[in-house]
Amino acid sequence: MFKDNCFPCLKVPQLNRIKVWLLFAFLILIIAPTLSWSKEAVPVAEDPEIEKRMLALTMDLRCLVCQNESIADSRADFSNDMRREIRQKIKENKSDEEIIQFLVDRYGDFVLYNPPVKPTTILLWFGPILLFMIGFVSLLTYLKRRREQIVEIPLSEAEQKKAEVLLGEKKR
Amino acid sequence: MMRYLIPLFAFIVLAAFLLVGLTLNPRQVPSPLIDKPAPIFQLNHLHEPEKILSSTDNLGKVWLLNVWASWCVSCRDEHPLLVELAKSGIVPIYGLNYKDERTTAMQWLTRYGDPYAVSIVDADGKVGIDFGVYGVPETYIIDKKGIIRHKQIGPVTVDSLEKTIVPLIIELQKQV
Repeated sequence: MFKDNCFPCLKVPQLNRIKVWLLFAFLILIIAPTLSWSKEAVPVAEDPEIEKRMLALTMDLRCLVCQNESIADSRADFSNDMRREIRQKIKENKSDEEIIQFLVDRYGDFVLYNPPVKPTTILLWFGPILLFMIGFVSLLTYLKRRREQIVEIPLSEAEQKKAEVLLGEKKR
Repeated sequence: MMRYLIPLFAFIVLAAFLLVGLTLNPRQVPSPLIDKPAPIFQLNHLHEPEKILSSTDNLGKVWLLNVWASWCVSCRDEHPLLVELAKSGIVPIYGLNYKDERTTAMQWLTRYGDPYAVSIVDADGKVGIDFGVYGVPETYIIDKKGIIRHKQIGPVTVDSLEKTIVPLIIELQKQV
């Protein structure tokens, strides 16, 4: 099959060459869309420093339209506007706190993935610890009660002998 | 007995929480702007671009601000209700044309009817952000002192009009 010492052998029969071309075309078809997507994702911002701060900020902010995505990740129109607004604010030399306050004033604490400790969020913050404590205390009481319930019953003399016989047999 | 009662009790508590959760709508994010002064704005009219409506122009009357756009599908659902409300003359409705194009917006109004005393143009959505708009349509009730009293997120329905919006407007109109 391999006339010369080539690998992979380039002397492909005519039919196979067509197959190779078909495969090649098929691969291009598959790869082409991903290429165009990666082009779309090129960052739009001019200043990488602003972009970095904007991303760090929006990571912890909720997109109100999609709710389970952060403003940094979301492609919703709402998040686009928010990112634009935040870039603008960074350019105006606003501090992170000022920018977050700007959003909270308009959209409420719900935009924050990290909600502040307030009377309404106490259950949210301390509920898990409370549940853990309840579980831990009930586990302790259960274990304690169980230990009290187990009473050691000493073996009777006959049983003792029987056990010795059985153990002795095994030894032999 | 207790060994059966405790899990049963735990189950009932959990079920109660889940039941309440079912009735909540996560899309209804309570607005922090309720009972706060409406944001300051100065925007051009839709039909007469040379005219400007400012946030102080409506002081002294109760008014509705309806955020709408020609690209917004659910705006079409609520639109006949707004037209009817405007006809009844209970309250003036102002339209905030949100991130839209002037010509398409005007065509949309000719086609479906224009309930608005004035529509103002918020082309880049900046005033929308000040109002905390995140899902069009949204409707705000603003009182005589320029304070936001209610925010309807999503389309106005017959139910919300009869139960909340109209009673609140009538009550606010009685205030000085």
